[in-house]
Amino acid sequence: MRTIDMSTTPLRDLNAALQAQAAEQTEPTWEILNPRGSHAVAVGLDAPLAITIKGSTGYYCAGMNKQASIHVTGSVGPGVAENMMSGSVVVDGDASQYAGATGHGGLLVIKGNASSRCGISMKGIDIVVHGNIGHMSAFMAQTGNLVVLGDAGDALGDSLYEARLFVRGAVKSLGSDCIEKEMRPEHIALLADLLERAGADARPEEFRRYGSARQLYHFKIDNASAY
Amino acid sequence: MCGIVGLFLKTETLRPQLGALLTDMLITMTDRGPDSAGIAIYGSDESDGLRITVQSDTPDLDFPLLAGRIQAATGGAVALRVIDTHAVLTVPEDRGEAVLAVLAEHFPALRVMGSGTSMEIFKEVGLPADVAARFHIREMAGTHGIGHTRMATESAVTTDGAHPFSTGPDQCLVHNGSLSNHNSLRRQLAREGIKVTSQNDSEVAAAYLTWRMGQGARLDEAMESGLKDLDGFFTFVVGTRDGFGVVRDPIACKPAVMAETDDYVAFGSEYRALAGLPGIDAARVWEPEPATVYFWER
Repeated sequence: MRTIDMSTTPLRDLNAALQAQAAEQTEPTWEILNPRGSHAVAVGLDAPLAITIKGSTGYYCAGMNKQASIHVTGSVGPGVAENMMSGSVVVDGDASQYAGATGHGGLLVIKGNASSRCGISMKGIDIVVHGNIGHMSAFMAQTGNLVVLGDAGDALGDSLYEARLFVRGAVKSLGSDCIEKEMRPEHIALLADLLERAGADARPEEFRRYGSARQLYHFKIDNASAY
Repeated sequence: MCGIVGLFLKTETLRPQLGALLTDMLITMTDRGPDSAGIAIYGSDESDGLRITVQSDTPDLDFPLLAGRIQAATGGAVALRVIDTHAVLTVPEDRGEAVLAVLAEHFPALRVMGSGTSMEIFKEVGLPADVAARFHIREMAGTHGIGHTRMATESAVTTDGAHPFSTGPDQCLVHNGSLSNHNSLRRQLAREGIKVTSQNDSEVAAAYLTWRMGQGARLDEAMESGLKDLDGFFTFVVGTRDGFGVVRDPIACKPAVMAETDDYVAFGSEYRALAGLPGIDAARVWEPEPATVYFWER
């Protein structure tokens, strides 16, 4: 295992060392100390690394991740795992705005709460939040799954495409074109797998599923006055 | 983009270190606001008179004349403390109006940064580290303080445009965001007799809260009505002599993190600003909810 202390190593050197593993593949296990809210920690990785970040980070932690498994023991700022392609990001604390935004793949687990715009424009990522999520979450979400063990804020799933949203607690309000849908056996199976992979102590049967009513996909002349 | 820091001490333990802690927090927020910086510091909960903080572009010319001219006009005792471009005048509490009249008549170029029995305000154009050093913020003690690093969007990079804004005794406000109805609100406040001196949108928000509190509202009640009357993006941190409040607009895209221990309540635009605080690892750290008023009072 290699340890990098951010109180002595500049951020660019840290990221360069981690990114170099895409070609070198010499060290699979990394520990990052003293992030103290730094931005853009462990971004742009493309190797099957196991990385533990001990503490809390700022904006854009683990952005654009491919293959790596990144574990943050504290909380993260806005845009964690933004545009993740594959791999996993696990946050023991809370996440700020737009966690997992535009993610194409991989698994993002937030063990605390995520604030507003969680999973905005997600494109295939799976997100499991053990706590609550804030307003406008899964806005324009295209594919992938958002699982919330707690409550969801206002306007959940506004202008939703084909992402699936599973919420165990209360939903403050649904956004435009987002409706509750039936939980079929394939959804129970999908959710059971996601909950297990996210280390979440919950039964799939406790959740409700929300999805797109598919009324906003095409322009309708009846809606012209709304523009 | 701007940076906000705030620290409200619940116990006496950290009071001697208030300025040092706030200075480190402020400097951490430099890349959110390198244009200008400012700090409002509530020095003591025991009043020794009314403190009026003034700023001059020509301090060497203005400040030597200040005490004499005020003493001659009002007859009361005046203490003067000069710190760089700012001076803090301490006068008997009942002489405030008279002193402000003297300043307006004899020193029209002087800017009144704020006044109160506890609060002093220091703000200038420049990097936060330089501004903090010029005013020796690090050496200041106190009960609470609010700082701001500015990246200007709504008005020019000047001392007048820097935060905090003070529009009432011991009241201050800092703002990250931009208001869209500040011109109509400024006209409305003018009709109510509330004067806003700069073209800055944030000063209108400060004046709005002063107006509400003048009508008898508590700080938290004034902030609550601000959620209805102020349109735009905002994270506000406000201070009064004994209070400390935080409110974010309903969209809440301007970042905010708070931390609370037995000793303090702290605010930072980012966690980075809080990372050096004593006991932060054991503190309760959370993101304030949108459209929710947070308020602490001693």
